[in-house]
Amino acid sequence: MSQLNETITRALRERAGDLLAAGTVDAFVGFTTGTVPMVMRPLVARTPEEARQFVWNSFCVLNPANFLPELVQTLSGEGQVRVGVVATGCWSRNMVVQIQENRLRREQIHIVGIASRGMVLPRRVRALFAGREITRVEEKEHELVVSGPGFSETVSRWSVVRDNCRTCSHPNPVLFDEMLTSHSTRNPVADRFDQIEEIERMTPEERYQWFQGEVATCIRCYACRNACPLCYCPTCFVDESRPQWVGKSLDPVDVSLFHILRAYHCAGRCTDCGACEAACPMGIRMRLFTRKLEKDVLALFGTEAGMDPGQPQPLATYGLDDPQDFMLRG
Amino acid sequence: MTSSSWPRWRRPCHKNCVDETLSFEPKIIAFLCTWCSYAGADLAGISRLQYPPSIRIIKVPCSGRISANLILDAIRSGADGVLVSGCHPGDCHYQSGNYHARRRFVLLKNLLEFVGLESDRLHFTWISASEGEQFAAVVREVTDRVRGLGPATRFVKHLPDGSGK
Repeated sequence: MSQLNETITRALRERAGDLLAAGTVDAFVGFTTGTVPMVMRPLVARTPEEARQFVWNSFCVLNPANFLPELVQTLSGEGQVRVGVVATGCWSRNMVVQIQENRLRREQIHIVGIASRGMVLPRRVRALFAGREITRVEEKEHELVVSGPGFSETVSRWSVVRDNCRTCSHPNPVLFDEMLTSHSTRNPVADRFDQIEEIERMTPEERYQWFQGEVATCIRCYACRNACPLCYCPTCFVDESRPQWVGKSLDPVDVSLFHILRAYHCAGRCTDCGACEAACPMGIRMRLFTRKLEKDVLALFGTEAGMDPGQPQPLATYGLDDPQDFMLRG
Repeated sequence: MTSSSWPRWRRPCHKNCVDETLSFEPKIIAFLCTWCSYAGADLAGISRLQYPPSIRIIKVPCSGRISANLILDAIRSGADGVLVSGCHPGDCHYQSGNYHARRRFVLLKNLLEFVGLESDRLHFTWISASEGEQFAAVVREVTDRVRGLGPATRFVKHLPDGSGK
């Protein structure tokens, strides 16, 4: 384990243990190692002993904000609760969104912030070792040591970091009770919407072909929806049958509409945490659709999702002079 | 695509027409808010104003009521164009429905264009109850633009027998 991760892991175990022992929090949400290399498992610790299992590394791609409100609700059966949780920049912004949407109350969570260095996409690592079984991945400061039967190779960590982490503009938590690390001084990338602008420059026909190709492999498993902290409707539009907005088949139109509507429902709320892409078994880059909306919301309304729990969300409010050049003049 | 392979309701309007592009009468779904735009359409009718018979009006309580689901469902079902119209800013019967709608529509229109829908298939406008003239003009313009694109092909769901939805 790298020096940095070891320091964070030690501090995390200690802080979580202290908070649980002191009764400041009733449970603490973090990650621990799973049974498969590069796949981390969320862990809810109820005692300081359990908190000793917490681990922090570059493979914590699941967004804990996803199940936080449900966890709080479940534990609330026992009276007032407060749940501790680790959070990087995007996760903390998702918690802000949860607070804005009245899914959580600020006092119900105790956020232990960690400045993100960017998370690794295991798919990228596996692609580098196609056909070979990876049994162990050890993270060093700037590289990963990947080993399996008969091989042990080193790959650069940054080369396998997720796309959303490369263009991250908020590696530091925006909402936290305490920080485990110092604030990241990573400079935000200037060209964070480069990929989107490239697509916008294409002709409509090219864009249509690109989109159809992008979603062609979708198997409609809804892993993207389930991993997303924004998707919590009791009945999702894909499950509605009266009326049925989207067919359940693999018809290209149904698949397209699913991805369009899923992205659209995240407008002004998506923090680009990348949980959807990390969860997708087919490697579909659905972040491109949510990022288009993120870019438009920033350009048209000047706001970013989850930055201030006291502010309304861009689509829950309006401006008297919002842009309307797109409208037909009667 | 020959005219005979189109669903019956999308075939060219005149049987003897030679040029299919000229004869193509698009089907446009118009979502009109009941307080302003629908009344505007009513006024156009009462005033005997001429506009193309291409639109099918669906009356909704407010432009803020129109979700992306409704618009996409119209497209999926084979509408060649969609028009959404509400009260002018400041005139909403529910104070702010059209303001909220304006924010949603701009994002939806941009997103649909981003994934390849032709920009002229989807139109938004504000029409008041006294603007019968403008309503007829908007329908003419939308019909012209949609006619220029020809029958909708993208995001239209076809059943295995080749028919529309």
